[in-house]
Amino acid sequence: MSEVRYTDQHEWIRLEGDEATIGITKFAAESLGDVVFVELPASGKAVVAGGEAAVVESVKAASDIYAPAGGTVTIANSMLEAAPSKVNEDPEGEGWFFKIKLSNKDEFTKLMDAVAYAKFVGSL
Amino acid sequence: MSMNNQGRPSGSGEAFPASIATISGDRGLDHEEGLIFELGHGATGVDLPDVQISDARLGGARRKDAIGLPGLSEPEVIRHYVRLSRKNYAIDSGLYPLGSCTMKHNPRLNEKIARLPGFGDLHPLAPQSTTQGALQVISQLMNWLTTLTGMPAVAMSPKAGAHGELCGLLAIRAAIAARGETRPRILVPESAHGTNPATAAFAGFTVDEVPAKPNGRVDAEALKAKLGPDVAAIMLTNPNTCGLFEGEIVDIAKAVHEAGAYFYCDGANFNAIAGKVRPGDLGIDAMHINLHKTFSTPHGGGGPGSGPVVLSERLAAYAPIPLLVAGENGLRLIEDAADAPYGAKPFGRMCAFHGQMGMFTRALTYMLSHGRDGVRQASEDAVLSANYILASLKDVMSAPFGDGPCMHEALFDDSFLEGTGVTTLDFAKAMIDEGYHPMTMYFPLVVHGAMLIEPTESESKYSLDRFIHVLHTLATEARAKQTARFAGAPHLAPRRRLDETAAARKPVLRWRPNPLKAAAE
Amino acid sequence: MRYLPITPDDRSAMLAKIGAPNVDALFRDVPKSAVVALSAFNLPDTQGELEVERAMSKLAAKNVAAGAAPFFCGAGAYKHHVPSAVDHLIQRSEFLTSYTPYQPEIAQGTLQYLFEFQTQVALLTGMEVANASLYDGSTATAEAVLMAQRITKRGKAILSGGLHPHYAEVVETVAGLFGPVERTPVTPGSAEDIIALIDDQTACVVVQSPDVFGLIRNLRPIAEAAHARGALLIAVVTEIVSLGLLEPPGAQGADIVAAEGQSIGNGLNFGGPYVGLFATREKFLRQMPGRLCGETVDAEGRRGFVLTLSTREQHIRREKATSNICTNSGLCTLAFTIHLSLLGEEGLTRLARLNHAKASALADRLAALPGIEILTGAFFNELTVKLPKAAAPVVEALATKGVIAGVPVSRLLPRGKGCENLLILAATETNTDEDFDALVLALKEAIL
Repeated sequence: MSEVRYTDQHEWIRLEGDEATIGITKFAAESLGDVVFVELPASGKAVVAGGEAAVVESVKAASDIYAPAGGTVTIANSMLEAAPSKVNEDPEGEGWFFKIKLSNKDEFTKLMDAVAYAKFVGSL
Repeated sequence: MSMNNQGRPSGSGEAFPASIATISGDRGLDHEEGLIFELGHGATGVDLPDVQISDARLGGARRKDAIGLPGLSEPEVIRHYVRLSRKNYAIDSGLYPLGSCTMKHNPRLNEKIARLPGFGDLHPLAPQSTTQGALQVISQLMNWLTTLTGMPAVAMSPKAGAHGELCGLLAIRAAIAARGETRPRILVPESAHGTNPATAAFAGFTVDEVPAKPNGRVDAEALKAKLGPDVAAIMLTNPNTCGLFEGEIVDIAKAVHEAGAYFYCDGANFNAIAGKVRPGDLGIDAMHINLHKTFSTPHGGGGPGSGPVVLSERLAAYAPIPLLVAGENGLRLIEDAADAPYGAKPFGRMCAFHGQMGMFTRALTYMLSHGRDGVRQASEDAVLSANYILASLKDVMSAPFGDGPCMHEALFDDSFLEGTGVTTLDFAKAMIDEGYHPMTMYFPLVVHGAMLIEPTESESKYSLDRFIHVLHTLATEARAKQTARFAGAPHLAPRRRLDETAAARKPVLRWRPNPLKAAAE
Repeated sequence: MRYLPITPDDRSAMLAKIGAPNVDALFRDVPKSAVVALSAFNLPDTQGELEVERAMSKLAAKNVAAGAAPFFCGAGAYKHHVPSAVDHLIQRSEFLTSYTPYQPEIAQGTLQYLFEFQTQVALLTGMEVANASLYDGSTATAEAVLMAQRITKRGKAILSGGLHPHYAEVVETVAGLFGPVERTPVTPGSAEDIIALIDDQTACVVVQSPDVFGLIRNLRPIAEAAHARGALLIAVVTEIVSLGLLEPPGAQGADIVAAEGQSIGNGLNFGGPYVGLFATREKFLRQMPGRLCGETVDAEGRRGFVLTLSTREQHIRREKATSNICTNSGLCTLAFTIHLSLLGEEGLTRLARLNHAKASALADRLAALPGIEILTGAFFNELTVKLPKAAAPVVEALATKGVIAGVPVSRLLPRGKGCENLLILAATETNTDEDFDALVLALKEAIL
């Protein structure tokens, strides 16, 4: 059973056991427009909550993806390198960016849940 | 009577349906044109002797493989590039309202002068006794630039505006180091041109953004609050990227200096105030001048530029080599830091040789043509024309800061398009069908869906009125939700909208021979 | 004023529409004290075209143009014949007076020639991709070092002593902020042992070939040694015509090529504007500075070109951009592309052979002079000689006799050990036997 949380920078994080999958929300993917390139972290890389972990680019914009919680990168979604359009097609599924081994579950728990995030997006 | 059946029909004929494809693929004057690599067929456009050489003095480095260049005769090459040229919009053919880019008239006398053999065919390292005329051009241009800006010194070698920014920040870095201090931070307003933060990072500083106020000016209080012993400089554009004069500039300069920092001014918009306001009087320490904007050197499809940097007393000593000094035998270039005159502490070198001489001759020619009175009149006309556009369009387009006058460019946002389904991009692209180059879009970033219009001083009132009529009508139609001409515009240009997503996802950055065709040959 | 179309009557009508009493009312945000009177500027007033042309021509006439004398200067800028078609074409209004091609629908002319230019540069240098140009060869070299620092995440740059000293100074000025830049000493005419200096902190080695003294360098072993330590090889070329005859840096293992393209299509212009060529391997594409043009299709499926991968650039990435550059050498790239199109494969290779033949003839003539020693054994169109006395005064003396004899090494390295008597001479297709005669005669007199 997995739990999903969201950040105010429009990343989502889904926790399964002590491994978390991270991507950008549907809202973020739509605002970015057609994604043309992603830069992913190497596995083994340590990330801290709020730190830069990946980059996503559309034709006219480049955005940093921040790690919603700290940990060590276990794997990145290398499929995105060949098919960045997956981020637009299925941002909260096949378009995931990378997985981390979570170092502090509290960082996860204090993020927004789906209801809070929906409310946050509605307020923008 | 005898019938003349050689006569040609004189009627205008039926309209040619746009949907019908031509046999050639060309449409009248609009020719489709392949790449030079696809046109080559082993001809040559030069006649050179076929000299055979030995390998004795080549160190075993002779090329083993062919390069792969196509061969064409002169008429073919000329036709190819003439056909390409016809696919371009240009100032010479129409009003070019790109805000912050200053597409003004490029006098042809400038081109003629730059090509005089004494300038165009002069080697940068020829003996200095044989280049005195060129050094005098540089010296005279330096005098014009320092006089117009009210600044004591100028570094001439930067190759473009952004290179000038770098030169200014490196001078600031050197001045701070000479004081035995380290100041890692640079303040940049959020409305700044992208080169400002990029240059600050390039020069090894960190960037701290300063917010804008609702009236389009930098928030002077927020800026002052950010000043401190770790701040090296602020980079402020004035007139700013919203086309507005930063009225608090003198006060800002004072606060910056009191905090021990330097004031870098991005001089991209100097063309609004040249001959009327001297940046030196405002407390500025360094400012680059884009010769292609204020002083009419041609944009040439994206360059070359030239970006001399004027420097205050506080920074003058750190100007990079080469330095130009007057001596007994005329003017002399100091090309090595160790030869610098007493007191000079050059921070280094920006480029090989002495800067964009080809732009210097053009700019000086322009200055001599205009004179100080013409330079002032040009600034006033540029500001007048922008205000005329602002006043004529603000009833149908939305001007976020339209209560007061603007400087040399008029800024609109996209709120007048709200609910119409027409975007800033659609609106701008529809201008192409009307025979105009679009205005600058989506810049500055502080305004939503920005449209920045800079007519320059080069347009007649007739030309401005025609442009205003077109924009007024477009805006009126868009607001009335008559959106047919906006959707998918342009329709009448050599190309429809291009797929930039595909270009970026799978970059094709060079021609390659068709492998199937190559194999068959 | 002939460049200003707005008449006094127009100004009144426009002010009326604006609702401003006079033009100064439009400058109301400027502090009153900062608006100065015209008399504050001690500068001349408007002049007619005739007067300006007369004044500027007078200045031009004080210079000795390269074409007006037997001429042998090189050292980073070369006198070549540019076909007449080139200058005619680049002065077409649609090229000369257009802006950066940000609106591709009405800028296909510029975009297509940039795409052709990128292909030509990639072919010439033997690299996979090239950008739409940088300012010049020296700034391209500095950008290459910064790029190598980014890619390797190391700071140290090793510059060969054969790198043009101006280029080395530009690298030191710019890249020196991000890591140590070490210049290796060199004996003009021979190659230093640069391999021994490469270590695990080295981001890149920068080697020019032919070097500033004219010597052709073998890049292959340097590339291998650099790669073995995880460093990059940056190859610099200041005389691009040489690649019509010599093996390209790409074939020798270079990771980045930074070159000066002035020799093709562009005049000497007293040092600028020139055109910086920049090429690299595809895998380093995202770290590349400068504009790139790419192929795509329009809404009707027709081929077209756009500026692409712009997220690397300052107007999008701001402080995280790969460079702060905001222009390319637009019109100079066009001149390069047209000239190279006229040359084609056969023209360029013939031109390059002719240059080498001329320089060989020059070497033979100089070697026959007593007291002159040729230091450069393997060269393209440029070589360094040792005179029996200081070179700078000799060059000045020859200039008074109407011969521009070359560039004294002391002009580039005023404090270089043992450089005082060294002279760099270049010979190109523009040099005639009469030029050689005049040089030899004048040199003989000057060094006796």
